Amino acid sequence: MRVLVALLAVLALVVVGWAGAGLPWVTGIVVPGVAFAVFVVGFVVRVIRWGRSPVPFNITSVAGQQASLPWIDRSPLDSPKNGFEAALRVAADVLLFRPLFRNTRTKRGHDRHPVYVPERLLWAAALVFHYALLVVILRHLRFFLEPPPPLVGAIDWWDGFFQLTTPVLYMTDVLLVAALVFLLGRRLVDRGLRYLSLPADYFPLFLLLGVALSGLYMRHLGKVDLIAVKELALGLATFQPRVPAGLDAAVFVHLVLVSVLVAYIPWSKLMHMGGIFLSPTRTLANDSRRRRHVNPWNPQVAVHTYAEWEDEFRDKLVAAGYPLDTAPAAAPAATSAPSSESVHA
Amino acid sequence: MKKTPDELLQAEWSPAGPDWLDPTVDFEARRGSWSYPAAPKNLKYLGFPNPREWSPTDADWKLPDDWQAILHRGLEERLAKYRSLRLFLDICVRCGACADKCHFFLGSGDPKNMPVLRAELLRSVYRKDFTTAGKLLGGLAGARALTPEVLKEWYYYFYQCTECRRCSVFCPYGIDTAEITMAARELLNLVGLNINWVMEPVANCHRTGNHLGIQPHTFKDNIEFLCDELADATGIRIAPSINRKGAELLFVVPSADYFADPGIYTFMGYLLLFEQLGLDYTLSAYVSEGGNFGLFTSHETIKRLNYKMYAEAKRLGVKWILGGECGHMWRVVHQYMDTLNGPADFLEDPVSPITGTRFDHAASTRMVHICEFTADLLQHGKLKLDKSRNDHLRLTFHDSCNPARAVGLLEEPRQVIRGVCNHFFEMPENTIREQTFCCGGGAGLGNDENMEMRMRGGLPRGSAVAHVRDTHGVNQLACICAIDRATLPALVEYWAPGVEVTGVHELVGNALVMEGETPRTSDLRGRPMLVPAEASHV
Repeated sequence: MRVLVALLAVLALVVVGWAGAGLPWVTGIVVPGVAFAVFVVGFVVRVIRWGRSPVPFNITSVAGQQASLPWIDRSPLDSPKNGFEAALRVAADVLLFRPLFRNTRTKRGHDRHPVYVPERLLWAAALVFHYALLVVILRHLRFFLEPPPPLVGAIDWWDGFFQLTTPVLYMTDVLLVAALVFLLGRRLVDRGLRYLSLPADYFPLFLLLGVALSGLYMRHLGKVDLIAVKELALGLATFQPRVPAGLDAAVFVHLVLVSVLVAYIPWSKLMHMGGIFLSPTRTLANDSRRRRHVNPWNPQVAVHTYAEWEDEFRDKLVAAGYPLDTAPAAAPAATSAPSSESVHA
Repeated sequence: MKKTPDELLQAEWSPAGPDWLDPTVDFEARRGSWSYPAAPKNLKYLGFPNPREWSPTDADWKLPDDWQAILHRGLEERLAKYRSLRLFLDICVRCGACADKCHFFLGSGDPKNMPVLRAELLRSVYRKDFTTAGKLLGGLAGARALTPEVLKEWYYYFYQCTECRRCSVFCPYGIDTAEITMAARELLNLVGLNINWVMEPVANCHRTGNHLGIQPHTFKDNIEFLCDELADATGIRIAPSINRKGAELLFVVPSADYFADPGIYTFMGYLLLFEQLGLDYTLSAYVSEGGNFGLFTSHETIKRLNYKMYAEAKRLGVKWILGGECGHMWRVVHQYMDTLNGPADFLEDPVSPITGTRFDHAASTRMVHICEFTADLLQHGKLKLDKSRNDHLRLTFHDSCNPARAVGLLEEPRQVIRGVCNHFFEMPENTIREQTFCCGGGAGLGNDENMEMRMRGGLPRGSAVAHVRDTHGVNQLACICAIDRATLPALVEYWAPGVEVTGVHELVGNALVMEGETPRTSDLRGRPMLVPAEASHV
């Protein structure tokens, strides 16, 4: 049901794109333009909103030996000692997906007792997907820049290294689709994942698949007019929009799907791309005993002071021979109510 | 505990049953997996809202009339105060990496114990109230209105999380379920949904200085009793000072260490060590608790209880603070104390008076963990030890959640254990160090009425202990946490019979060769040591 909703939504977008070919100015210019604006504004608003909530405590999630005694080997990446090491930790999380590399699957072993086996398929698929997507996006720069930067040419050459088919089949296109199919299949086959998944989990996967497949179609089957596509793209990139003649309907399908994807980011879990840089458990160093972390709203609270405690238990303290701050004769009557005295930050 | 280990092992990890958006919890049928509500007297004493008699099995939980508005405002306020909360509610991609990392999920198979779904219980309400998609699309976007049933579900599942943070180690974004649970418990507190095993210790600690409600004269009696026991065991008479001004160090321990077996043997180990070193230290009856159940209540409550530690150190004029073996105490000391009640500018840089080592890693907080202190002593050869006195013990070490995942205190206790014991064996690597499994009774859940859930949650730890018992003949489970010492005995009795629970400094106390001691043939518990001739064959 939740899968179906997401799939139908993406199919509906395909139809919209196809029908939208009849209104090229709207589908080719307005929709991508609005989507881009929504993305930029939405992304910035979301990041600002996160940024406005402070990080009151150093809650590093420590995953390795702390820096304490000099003869004990420490883990700079899993228990960073300072901001620089914490930045390295975030970089390793972002670039290498280290936490997923650590992943295990719990299985039933002897007498149904749990055993833990390495489970790196999710890590591999996630890594392949994200890097393939990055390469695909970089390759698309040749539509938006004239002349295309040398880097794009180099990526293009390596990506088509095997020279299968004409035009050349890019490796990253294959990997991107394969990774998406795996991520989708995993969500459908694993009962636990299927149980917890929402339409919002399937929707981006179908959407990305739609983007990738429409792209593959245009390159290998539809053989669309790339000169016209480039003219459209350059027009968008230079804010001098124009709609060239000869654009295939597939171009508009691709454009609509990409536009929805981009505009959808700020409203969805796809914001993890920004959030990962702000996650307090990973961005902070494990140095909270070395350096004081300041809480901007450190609360005022009611405490039970020593003087009140001494008053409350005075008879017992005297009988037990405790040293006292206030001599018994000078002390006020005992009270058992909690203090209203506050401590300040 | 009526169910057998075999019965608990039948739990399935493939969720079936109704959609998770359905909040129904049958409290009557699930007795043994939830904790009793807080007694009104404890809430009244602390000034917490809505004190009353009630039970989760009641249809009417006697909530304030405007409870929905209170919770809405409460969530709004916390979203503005904690980046962690807002971010973690926004960015989860439900990849499922955390799903089988929770001990309660592995023991119960209840899908709402998957960390991702535990968070979704709160996230679904956040979506409904605070996100555009949730407002427009409702259930399709995974949004739920905050109904009484949802609130009851929160009570069940947020008091079924021990805030152990194991899931956060595996999350690609570091989403920490403890942050979600802490926020949810703060919200529940706003409408008077608390558990007594948390609130009574909090009230006791506020008033008397410790969770158990031990008053100062009894505190002194307990310590004198333990000193009598030590005199019998070693022939050495120790009289530690209490509330003494001008001592070099204030020593703070969890209250179970001077109250209950097996923690008391750990306490005896501390006393022997300090006596042998001639350490200038004092205990305090006002700070007769290292633990801080405020951590399981609210950030304000953490501060209220933790306030005493620095206040007492200042009053007594000590140079720095030494802390005993306790788990969540060290999360508070390491990650919260300096922020909440510091700066500790009235203390001095912590330097070991025995070795001269400066504990630079505690330069600001100025509080040092006893395992860091003792590892330093061992490294410098300052202790005269007879390791063979622990030869009757075959050890494994349980990393407690907080020292492992909040502090990164992994090697220090191991250095101490290796320094005083000959027979030490690690449990499987996915169950120790940063991947350690909870005892199942942390965060206030270590009560008797919750025993079935404790045993379920204790399965991963229990299995690992049974594994080293069977492969290496392990008979001792060492730990550096008072909650562990309170909850693990029941756990090993259930999952790994034949294994006993010990603190690390109890082992130090056994091995320590004291000046002027009587010949020792039995350990601090009175168990016979192996005589040297026998020991050489082990």
